[in-house]
Amino acid sequence: MRALRFLMQKEFRQMFRDKGFTGRLFIAPAIQLILLPMAANYTIKNINIAIVDHDHSIESQKLSNKILSSGYFKLADYTDFNSKANKLIENDKADLVLELPKGFARDIINQNNEKIAIEVNAINGVKASIGFGYLSGIINDYNNALRLQWVVPQETNAIPTIVTSASYWYNPSLTYYIYMVPAILVSLITGVAGLSAAFNIVKEKEMGTIEQINVTPIKKYEFILGKLLPFLAVGAVVFTFGLLFSWAIYRIVPLGNIAVLYLFMFVFLFAILGFGLLISTYSQTQQQANSIMFLFMMVFNMMSGLYTPIDSMPGWAQFVSHLFPISYFIEVMRMVVIKGSGLHDIRIHMLCVFLIGLVLNTWAILNYRKTT
Amino acid sequence: MKQFFSFIKKEFAHVFRDRKTLVMLFGFPIVQIVLFGFALTNEIKNANIIVVDNAKDQASLQLIDKMEGTKFFHVQKTLLTPSQIDAAFKEGKAKLAVVFPANFYNDLLHLNKASIQVIADASDPNTAVTLTNYVTSIVNDYQAQLSPTASMPYTIVPEVRMLYNPDLKGAPNFVPGVMAMVLLLVCVMMTSVSIVREKEMGTMEILLVSPVKPLLVIIAKALPYLALSIVNLAVILVLSVYALDVPIKGSILLLVAESILLIITALALGLLISTITSSQQSAMFASMLGMMLPTMLLSGYLFPIENMPVVLQVISNIVPARWYYVIVKAVMLKGLGFGAVWKETLILTGMAVGFTALSLRNFKIRLE
Amino acid sequence: MNETVIKTNKLTKRFGDFVAVDEISFEVYKGEIFGFLGANGAGKTTAMRLLCGLSIPTSGEATVAGFDVFKQPEEIKKNIGYMSQKFSLYEDLSVKENIEFYGGIYGLSTKEIKAKSTELIDTLGLHNEADKLVSSLPLGWKQKLSFSVAVVHTPKIVFLDEPTGGVDPSMRRQFWDLIYNAADRGITIFVTTHYLDEAEYCNRVSIMVDGKIEALDSPAGLRKTYEATNMDEVFYKLARKAKRSE
Repeated sequence: MRALRFLMQKEFRQMFRDKGFTGRLFIAPAIQLILLPMAANYTIKNINIAIVDHDHSIESQKLSNKILSSGYFKLADYTDFNSKANKLIENDKADLVLELPKGFARDIINQNNEKIAIEVNAINGVKASIGFGYLSGIINDYNNALRLQWVVPQETNAIPTIVTSASYWYNPSLTYYIYMVPAILVSLITGVAGLSAAFNIVKEKEMGTIEQINVTPIKKYEFILGKLLPFLAVGAVVFTFGLLFSWAIYRIVPLGNIAVLYLFMFVFLFAILGFGLLISTYSQTQQQANSIMFLFMMVFNMMSGLYTPIDSMPGWAQFVSHLFPISYFIEVMRMVVIKGSGLHDIRIHMLCVFLIGLVLNTWAILNYRKTT
Repeated sequence: MKQFFSFIKKEFAHVFRDRKTLVMLFGFPIVQIVLFGFALTNEIKNANIIVVDNAKDQASLQLIDKMEGTKFFHVQKTLLTPSQIDAAFKEGKAKLAVVFPANFYNDLLHLNKASIQVIADASDPNTAVTLTNYVTSIVNDYQAQLSPTASMPYTIVPEVRMLYNPDLKGAPNFVPGVMAMVLLLVCVMMTSVSIVREKEMGTMEILLVSPVKPLLVIIAKALPYLALSIVNLAVILVLSVYALDVPIKGSILLLVAESILLIITALALGLLISTITSSQQSAMFASMLGMMLPTMLLSGYLFPIENMPVVLQVISNIVPARWYYVIVKAVMLKGLGFGAVWKETLILTGMAVGFTALSLRNFKIRLE
Repeated sequence: MNETVIKTNKLTKRFGDFVAVDEISFEVYKGEIFGFLGANGAGKTTAMRLLCGLSIPTSGEATVAGFDVFKQPEEIKKNIGYMSQKFSLYEDLSVKENIEFYGGIYGLSTKEIKAKSTELIDTLGLHNEADKLVSSLPLGWKQKLSFSVAVVHTPKIVFLDEPTGGVDPSMRRQFWDLIYNAADRGITIFVTTHYLDEAEYCNRVSIMVDGKIEALDSPAGLRKTYEATNMDEVFYKLARKAKRSE
């Protein structure tokens, strides 16, 4: 075990000598913690609408004003010409075009109904349906108001109304970054701990120092521990930094028990480092390790529920997602930080990650052979 | 000239012999397409919700039935108190709870007014709002059914046309993004790492003392990745047309030309990065932070740019992928011609020229 | 002098159909400087790896420092030192730190490490470089440091794999001074080398050709047997028979 002490001492010395080290540990995560939540905002707003008004009546202007004052839409153009509006959609200056025909107001009253045309740039399907949803909601409100104006009051009393009152728990202000920041932190320490560990071992392979180690009395497990424990420490440090940073910049304070978070973090790092070790056993050069890790990190990031919900994935994708420790930790972070979930609530998550970690580490250790 | 060709041959051999890296280079676009095309979506569905039916009358049962019939919800019917709902949320068992009061139908019948409580786990605000909206629209539909008059007077009927992507598929939005990501990944990261690797291994000197001009050495390094990118581009387009049903509406020639423009920009960026880094790890790292991350975030394909704070929107203007994304959308999805994208093409050309000049200058300085 | 520290009997290593080491049998005595020569591809590096516990033999027997290579590889490792072709010092650690690391790995106590460290730095004259990174040392110094670190725990045998590549003759001479020093202290030296003049420095030399040991004797004895004036000629005469060469 004494050898372990010396191994770790060597690792830490090398780490601190590495010039980019503090950069990778603190600056890069800080930048990502700032940029990603800013960018990863899925709330749909600032939708550009072009209104083609052939009617120019009080009613058509009322409707236009209602739309523009809703807060969802920005006016791209208010014109008389369809061609102009269509050009705007082509140029991505408008996301929707609303066309109010001539005689709009008059026809509603005289004919009992009136069609209006809406054209939507549907390349981004979600944006299109949500934007259209907002617009039809506003048109519906306007319609109801119109009816109340023109229809005799008694008739409307008989209409039964169901009121849905919505309460939003845990995040009543509906801020998106509260949801994203804890998850992004998970992605960060996966990279810092797992990736770095894999690289480190492969670099020794490439440089030839591993062979020197192989001739010494250092046992297999001592060498592996000597590699993994320092990165465990690194992961924990980055995690702590991330939590402090989130508190300082975003005022995010975990509702639940921080000790629970740290406990899970250690189990998680155990799994992720096993993965890094495994990758290192399959790579001969840093470039290879780089390529393999990159592919996996991309898949992890995309399928872990970080950006898109796991529930919405097809069955096979959900299954695959549940093979990744990162999916569990992201969920746990969100649960503990935002909702205050406790150890009991996350017991199954913890068990799953532990088992996955066991499999990964066993596989990695069996693969790692000192002798050819 | 002959020496130049032997360099090119050597570089190609390097790249194609490293099977594992090759797998990644080809795997990356395919994986992205499979994931985006078949697995990932921003839609909310299959959400676990709890229904607390304190009424168990015909109205509540009908509504619950409607909810179960949609693909949005997996309905679990239990009687829970608010604190039990809280516990269920904390365990992640449900995302939403719908609570019917005991006299639901009675109230509706006699008072013409009833209320339903919807409690949402708002840790994910989007899911919460979307699920709540689903419930509300189901309730509204039901409400409309109850009303005695079959159709309302004075109705405005919106007729909507969804342009370019009438089925509202997710694919059209991201295929251009995948193209940008792949081209940039291969050209920037791989090229820079490859050049730096020679530096690290010490073989760079050997190359530089050969009779071939340094510039040609660099070009020889870039060529395999240029070829790979074009192959990748072809693969993505083929997959997109045949597997994802996203056709190429505009001119393929224009598309390829614009792509080559991006490739040149990317290769120049790769060279630039190789002049400022000295180890493979830092080259990879610089590529990630300086190129991949901005491309992913600020090109507009994953996250809408207009939602971002102004400072990010400004920065996105210098991300080449952003302009490329607009061009590809216009040419491939909208079927527009050069006239529609000449401005963006000009910007992209400017970037290509600018980065190339900058990186060549840096490279020459390094040599001295 | 007569105590055997390495003994092999028909030691063999096969890679599929290819027989890299073909039933070699020999003995090495304590305190000897034993040279292990051969052309590239003759199998000497593979043979050395078998003895160090870096590779498992396909068949045959061998004991190193009294321990069996099949059953007790871990014990062997405690009693040997090794210096590889790439010198395997950590370039991003200082001279002192490298000594400290390897000392600790081999079980030296903190006091012993300190003592050894001072001794090594004195002997090698590295007072000014003690805290500098190894990467800043010139090649010759790195080699000497590498060797010293390989014997920091005073092992029974030290294995040197082509240790003097790339340095000028005076540096090589200094290096061999270190080797003599170690041999005087009772450490057996097992060295492979390309440089045939270095063969003259050894007590006995073996020459491998195509996986077999074709000759084993003192340098003087070999010169006599093969009617040669120097080791170059001996080697040439033997190597001509070789079917395997680079």
